[in-house]
Amino acid sequence: MTELPPGIILILGAIFVPFLRGNLRNIYMLALPIIGLSSLLLTSQNYQFEFNLFGYNISPVRIDSLSLIFGYIFHIAAIISIIFALHIKDTVQQMAGLIYAGAAIGAVFAGDLISLFVYWEGTAIASVFLIWSSKTESSYRAGMRYLIIQVGSGVLLLAGAIIHFQNTGSISFEKMTLNGLGPTLIFIAFGIKAAFPLLHNWLEDAYPEATVTGTVFLSAFTTKLAIYALARGFPGTEMLIWIGATMTAFPIFYAVIENDLRKVLTYSLNNQLGFMVVGIGIGTELALNGTAAHAFSHILYKALLFMSMGAVLYRTGTIKGSELGGLYKSMPYTTGFCLVGAASISAFPLFSGFVSKSLIITATAYEGHWVVWAILLFASAGVFHHSGIKIPYFAFFQHDSGKRPKEAPINMLTAMAIAALLCLIIGIFPQRLYDILPYTVDFIPYTTTHVVTQLQLLFFSALAFGWLMRTGLYPPELKSTNLDFDWSYRILIPKILDRISKLILILDNKIHLIFKNIIDFFLAQLFRHHGPSGILARTNTAGAAVALVIASLGLFIIIFFVSD
Amino acid sequence: MTLGKKVTQTNSDDKSYWLDSKKNVDKIWYALIGLCAISIVADFFYHKHVIHPIEDLIVGMYGWYGFIGCVFLVLSAKLLRKIIMRPENYYTENNDD
Repeated sequence: MTELPPGIILILGAIFVPFLRGNLRNIYMLALPIIGLSSLLLTSQNYQFEFNLFGYNISPVRIDSLSLIFGYIFHIAAIISIIFALHIKDTVQQMAGLIYAGAAIGAVFAGDLISLFVYWEGTAIASVFLIWSSKTESSYRAGMRYLIIQVGSGVLLLAGAIIHFQNTGSISFEKMTLNGLGPTLIFIAFGIKAAFPLLHNWLEDAYPEATVTGTVFLSAFTTKLAIYALARGFPGTEMLIWIGATMTAFPIFYAVIENDLRKVLTYSLNNQLGFMVVGIGIGTELALNGTAAHAFSHILYKALLFMSMGAVLYRTGTIKGSELGGLYKSMPYTTGFCLVGAASISAFPLFSGFVSKSLIITATAYEGHWVVWAILLFASAGVFHHSGIKIPYFAFFQHDSGKRPKEAPINMLTAMAIAALLCLIIGIFPQRLYDILPYTVDFIPYTTTHVVTQLQLLFFSALAFGWLMRTGLYPPELKSTNLDFDWSYRILIPKILDRISKLILILDNKIHLIFKNIIDFFLAQLFRHHGPSGILARTNTAGAAVALVIASLGLFIIIFFVSD
Repeated sequence: MTLGKKVTQTNSDDKSYWLDSKKNVDKIWYALIGLCAISIVADFFYHKHVIHPIEDLIVGMYGWYGFIGCVFLVLSAKLLRKIIMRPENYYTENNDD
């Protein structure tokens, strides 16, 4: 292979974007990932390119079955996101999107930890511009928090890599065991980007603040890069099973009561990552296949859902469930595409989620993790509930909001159509996806048992939604902010710091007061003795002085004679 | 958000849609109940391949699990609101960061 490393074409290509105008620029931007994808399809597997730099074995390109599937889907996601964003003329966003996608692609093909670190930080820095491009005060602040956390993750990765190198003498990015400081730091760095519980909040904080088109880019790359990195570095790490299970269950409670529909989708993104993390934790071939397959189909349906909500935001100016409703009347195509995405994420038979998520759940059952299995099943029902039903219901149906926005622009519809079509192709012809998985697949998703049990789960979840709605038990969409873990660093810690600084101020005043009192006391004493009426400043009569002199003279004479 | 002139909406139209009628919404509801019933009945007509006996504990086990799970999810999320819900501009008012 003599061509450039994957991803570089997008990063370098972005430099020329400002010099092109109009349709030429659009064609050029689309051509970059298409060329990248074609060259990737032509490369041979198991290729590795290495060189030596200052004694480190740098390996910027490693192509194997695990990196390839992520490479394919990242290119496809880039193509779809670019089509979705074709109507915008904002050069900053266009360049940021390309560099971000390129860095993510580069990262999955990085064969050593230093190259990984470079791309890792690249994704952080490029992507923040997609948040800042919203040009609001809150997006600026959210972007700042996002950048600090993302760059922090990279710093941990670098620190871990250096320690790992000192201990093992190798910088190559291979499977690690989670003991010692080096791998632990790397694990935490991956965990931040994968939005582990309590490390997750940058996701829900920043993604809903990004631009209409920016969120589509964001939804695809950062977190799935982390999933890839975990699958490469820590497969079979048992802790991941429990971390993943928590991730599937805990965000869905928030998703139910959240009013900002793009934020609902972010919570459900976090939940979907949980399934992938469980797969990595189990670490069998079936489970890792499941993680890769689920990442692949997840990127497509999640982008599709974000695109449909993006189109709603673009046309109506709001994405709050409490202000929307009845949009299917004037945006029928967007509604249809959203429903395909909803069916896919809910894992309806014939849609993509069904053939990918089942690999992970089955692997959990095979390994006898029944508690985790039950949690995943609960989370699956929950996903259908908030992403499958809530999103389309509150945006496009429920009560009529009276809004009659125009249908989404043609480029948005095209992007949604491509994503929807791919969701269906994967769902109907799963073997096409299974063929590119890291390991050989011996799994048939469409068995009677699987189809019937899945339909039971979904129909009854829908029944629960309908029942809660009809009885009025369902919590209404309310304009609100729901506190999540970011509360700790946005409110609690600042408040504590504020209290501490106030306490220090009080203490400082007290100490001042004490010293002031001491000085006052000293001055008072001085005044008492040396002041106008002080004993040492008293003016005595001349007679008394003469008497004192005579008395001391007398005393002197006595001593003189006595001692003689 | 820079949405600008692209925000186009008129406030309502005279066209009536199939879903506007409450009767039709009811039809969907009954169809859903029917589908649930069919999916349960279907359990009697094939041999269920299970990995663990818990999957076949009762007829329609997955259905009941989904229903109870979702009701639990929604009602506990509703309770969660009591603890974590704040006004929409909570963070801007509290002058974060």
